[in-house]
Amino acid sequence: MAKLTLIQAINDALRVAMRQDPTVVLLGEDIGVNGGVFRATDGLIKEFGPERVIDCPLAESGFVGAAIGMAVNGLRPVVEVQFDGFLAPAHEHVANHLSRIRHRSRGRFTCPMVIRIPSWGGIKALEHHSESIENWYLNIPGLKMVAPSNPYDAKGLLLAAIADPDPVLFMEPKRLYRAFRAEVPEGYYTVPLGKAAVVREGTDMTVISYGVHVHTALEAAEQAAARHGWQAEVIDLRSLNPLDLDTLIASVKKTGRAVVVSEAPRTGGFHSELVALINDHALEYLEAPVARVTGFDVPMPYLLTEDLYIPDAGRVLDAMHDVRTY
Amino acid sequence: MELQTALPRGEQLFPVRQILQADGTLLEPLPPFLNLDRLKDVYRRMVLLRVFDQRCLNLQRQGRMGTFAPFSGQEASQVGSAYLLRPDRDWIFPTYRDHGAMHVMGVPLVNILRYFMGDEQGSRAPEGVNAFPISIPIATQLLHAVGAAWAGKLKGEDTVAVGYAGDGGTSPGDFHEALNFASVFNVGAIFFIQNNRYAISTPNSRQFKAATIAQRALGYDIPGVRVDGQDVVAVLSVMHEAIERARSGGGPTLIESVTFRYGPHTTSDDPKRYRSQEELEEWQAKDPIERLRRYLAAQGNWSDSDDEALWNQAREQVAAAVAEAEAMPRPSVDDLFDYLYLEPTPNLVRQKEYLKAYLARKEGELRG
Repeated sequence: MAKLTLIQAINDALRVAMRQDPTVVLLGEDIGVNGGVFRATDGLIKEFGPERVIDCPLAESGFVGAAIGMAVNGLRPVVEVQFDGFLAPAHEHVANHLSRIRHRSRGRFTCPMVIRIPSWGGIKALEHHSESIENWYLNIPGLKMVAPSNPYDAKGLLLAAIADPDPVLFMEPKRLYRAFRAEVPEGYYTVPLGKAAVVREGTDMTVISYGVHVHTALEAAEQAAARHGWQAEVIDLRSLNPLDLDTLIASVKKTGRAVVVSEAPRTGGFHSELVALINDHALEYLEAPVARVTGFDVPMPYLLTEDLYIPDAGRVLDAMHDVRTY
Repeated sequence: MELQTALPRGEQLFPVRQILQADGTLLEPLPPFLNLDRLKDVYRRMVLLRVFDQRCLNLQRQGRMGTFAPFSGQEASQVGSAYLLRPDRDWIFPTYRDHGAMHVMGVPLVNILRYFMGDEQGSRAPEGVNAFPISIPIATQLLHAVGAAWAGKLKGEDTVAVGYAGDGGTSPGDFHEALNFASVFNVGAIFFIQNNRYAISTPNSRQFKAATIAQRALGYDIPGVRVDGQDVVAVLSVMHEAIERARSGGGPTLIESVTFRYGPHTTSDDPKRYRSQEELEEWQAKDPIERLRRYLAAQGNWSDSDDEALWNQAREQVAAAVAEAEAMPRPSVDDLFDYLYLEPTPNLVRQKEYLKAYLARKEGELRG
């Protein structure tokens, strides 16, 4: 088995999908000869040509809107938005059309397409390159949302997303694109949407995250074990919608304590929904209020201070302390 | 300044294409793809749509329908833009004022009634009828038309996709993006813009400074044409050209159909606030239906009694559709949840169970 980085796993998934299904086409900016700004589509134009690896004019509304029409007429477009903040121009298509085509046509028209979104901060980029868009779309029914944390899941989840009959926002942790390598099987396999992974077993508390902060949570869990002897269970949601509530609630019932971690702004976030769900389904098992480790209600800071905003293991450890000593 | 005055005005570059004049006489022979039988069928459809539209306005006033956007006055554009399409292989992406075109594509009147009565089922076009649900967001659907035509091209099919918009629909960026994408990738999209002079109350002069919408085509290096939107022969003729171009790989066309809506923007609007009775009457004198009736009558092919019978038949057809629509049950709790995804997500399953349980309790209380 090859050891791949997360971005190589994405590239591999796209190649496998395009070999298997001639209706898969890629749209985006600079994804052809240039291979994408992160090189997710590196080499694909050579194998599949410019009709399937389509460099578009610089207009997100344009290519997201056109991809909707393509999907409705039988293709499976995979759209790359260069950075999370650049999805904003396409918001009308995502919110008003993509999310509800099956619903409003009572199943007559469907829109099986994926929007790949390099997400979140930590790469010292310019403004609008480090947004947490899961919170923008949390309140738009009809969009599946997926967030891998490692190369194996990235490939398997992306292949599942492309095969899914409904639209998927695929949030890639850009900070992890080249952070480490992991074994990734060759060829086709899927990781099902809506199944969380318990990535560290423990009994003292449950730490829940997705994407990049699964690693922050794991780092904090190791520190908690070393310093305090606390064994934290860490859950990687992998998929925000559909959400694997059963795994989440079973773990919280077992540990009696929970911390949710995300770098989205604090108010009204997906993390807040997780707290509400734990309260709905496991309140009587809780030994302490659920703690939230989040970003702040300010715009993502520029590179000199982004470390002050993005949750680190220390802040997760603080929250673990809060729920353990309540 | 000198450069500007030296440029020809848009009206000169893009004269209004007209074949059938308001008095029912032809400026040039009928195009070869049209004959009297076909024109009678076109006339029948326009009459049906006029009767339907007026009936919908009445239903709304009687509280039997929700907000409705009438198209009376625009029947030549509605019928002419969709009449030559193949419902199973071509596509239309309509606005909220294009249900006439949707019906010509094959969407039953009952669907349109149900849509405006508040039932999502109305947007479910029959199998084999590629009429997308209407788009209330402005100009977005032009990009969907580009994508549908583009998909056809990539699949090796000669798909034509018509994207509809109004004069106001040329202002959002999506109008530009759609024309630009269609041009760059040379796809078989037709942009059918009905310029009915007012976007709710905002006149053309506040929407754009250009003399025509058609002239925007120059900037995208695609063909643009301006047509008398009250002349169904001319509309059919320019659509015929655009469809042939799209099917043969010649790429997109921008069509500006110059027309007028007789009624309000929607049933919530009062057009007397922004346009005069004189202007309305001026347009009514150019009526698309009466114009074609005069032509057919002058051919010795259409008597007053034929005409009366047709209008009566249209009224009966519309009455039957209304009766059928009003007899349909309202959507169920299942309908509310079951169509968002192919497989409902667990949270939707829980929410549906909750609503059903709540309604059962409520029912029990009412009975008790």
